[in-house]
Amino acid sequence: MTDLSDLTISEAGAGLRNKDFTSVELLDAVTKRASFTEAQLHSYLALDREGARAAAEAADAAMAEGTDLGPLHGIPMALKDNMCTEGLATTASSQILAGWKPPYDATVVRRMRDGGAVITGKTNLDEFAMGSSTENSAYGTTRNPWNPDHVPGGSSGGSAATVAVGSAFGALGSDTGGSIRQPASLCGVVGMKPTYGLVSRYGLIAFASSLDQIGPLTRSVSDSAAVLQSIAGWDRFDSTSIDGPVPNLTGSIGKGVEGLRIGIVSELMSEGIDPQIRTAVSAMATKLESAGAEIVEVGLPSSEYALSAYYLIAPAECSANLARFDGVRYGHRSDVEGTTEDMMSHTRAEGFGPEVIRRILLGTYALSAGYYDAFYGQAQRVRTLVRKDFAAAYSTVDALISPTSPTTAFRVGERAADPIAMYYSDVCTIPSNLAGDPAISVPIGLDDSGLPIGFQVMAPALGEEVMYQVAAAVESLADFTDRAALAVSEVVAP
Amino acid sequence: MPVDIDIARVAHLARIALTAEELEAYGAQLEVILEHAERVQALPTEGVEPTSHPLAMVNGFRADEVGDCLDPESFLSEAPESEDGQFRVPRILG
Repeated sequence: MTDLSDLTISEAGAGLRNKDFTSVELLDAVTKRASFTEAQLHSYLALDREGARAAAEAADAAMAEGTDLGPLHGIPMALKDNMCTEGLATTASSQILAGWKPPYDATVVRRMRDGGAVITGKTNLDEFAMGSSTENSAYGTTRNPWNPDHVPGGSSGGSAATVAVGSAFGALGSDTGGSIRQPASLCGVVGMKPTYGLVSRYGLIAFASSLDQIGPLTRSVSDSAAVLQSIAGWDRFDSTSIDGPVPNLTGSIGKGVEGLRIGIVSELMSEGIDPQIRTAVSAMATKLESAGAEIVEVGLPSSEYALSAYYLIAPAECSANLARFDGVRYGHRSDVEGTTEDMMSHTRAEGFGPEVIRRILLGTYALSAGYYDAFYGQAQRVRTLVRKDFAAAYSTVDALISPTSPTTAFRVGERAADPIAMYYSDVCTIPSNLAGDPAISVPIGLDDSGLPIGFQVMAPALGEEVMYQVAAAVESLADFTDRAALAVSEVVAP
Repeated sequence: MPVDIDIARVAHLARIALTAEELEAYGAQLEVILEHAERVQALPTEGVEPTSHPLAMVNGFRADEVGDCLDPESFLSEAPESEDGQFRVPRILG
């Protein structure tokens, strides 16, 4: 019999409604899976056993009474630990927030709970979501479930590994420059960044506010759409959330790609991308063509500047956002003798890790008097050029495709000492963040080391419907059924 | 454009107390990162408007009405130090 923790969200939901099993049994299955995998993976920072148990019992009771809260009702789901959970420690993987318990739930958490989801716990990330490997966590590195010598990607590496291994049915991550899609690619799961403003950021610990967006990590494209539908929509607590109708996210799935015009981005198929990945992406493009799509090559000439612009914009915004961590209102406070200013400067030096300090310094410099226009201002103008390139592309095509990551999962430690090499991990994903557009990574195969390859589908702002239409076709053409070694129960059973 | 960073001043602006060795190491790393940023600076952008937000949005307003809000104790209890309903800090003046 299939282990319950290997089901998709939609399969688990169907089973609950058919009374094949209960939410408590689903929770027991993923908890058991975690008890085997966590020693090697470390995808969770904390499991909320009591809270999850109570939520699962409540979900079962509600369903028994005939209440149906929707696709997440009774489904165990994990949260990246930069989303506030009332009364449940939220650290953003930083020492500066060690032990802090938020007094409120993030809007996405509230919506998940209202939808009957069972929150299993909080997953590991690069400190304050700054990184591409989850090695920057103050609480230990998460490992890749396909090969524990490799990184799971980042910054939502804990969420991606959790979903890949089956210690939750799905998870939420946050994506500022690729932090959902790149780990999804490296862990062989589906990861999606919505249009900027489609999902409320209230209660998400801010990194770069003009880029941050919360989205789902799941094991299928239709699960991704179902989770997004549950959390999307205007929120009075987030002035940047879109006050308008949420696109129909699930209606286009399964319609195929016949008649669609799809652009393959030439700049993201260049020599910097691993040849095996380019070959796999080209082969999938050919399959989409056979399925009735018209495939054309499209250029995004400004995208080669996107990475450099991002590494000015994101640090600049982070230096402002992280000013709030000063030892006054929450988290760590240094016990250094002296004035309040001494206390603040030492609190920040003690509480932040090296990558966070590096980015705060970079951003502080880029925003300081005399440099603002040369760095931040210029980067914001490059952002306009990137948006214009996308607009020009979308005047001729319905969607764009590319690799998600220039490489498959790299080894733990391989890029830790070289910030520039680490930053290059996000070269394919950053353009969509700068443009504010939706994008998704779908697994399409394995490289010759047995590590997953991700395929990215991008669409114009609020074009989630066509994005999911293409992504579902990619999923079905790839027929990717391999499972991470650590997820296979015979391997992990004691 | 040659990159010349007064790293001690930047660290002070950011209110991060770093040792001399740390300042030197971060300064060198920032110079490498900013060399990559030079590519961006070389790009002609005359007449290009900066993007500060990806979507054209205007400020949203809500009605000015009293609503539910958090009980002060719920966050004061999470502060390193508080007193009489306020956050407490060390002395302000040196």
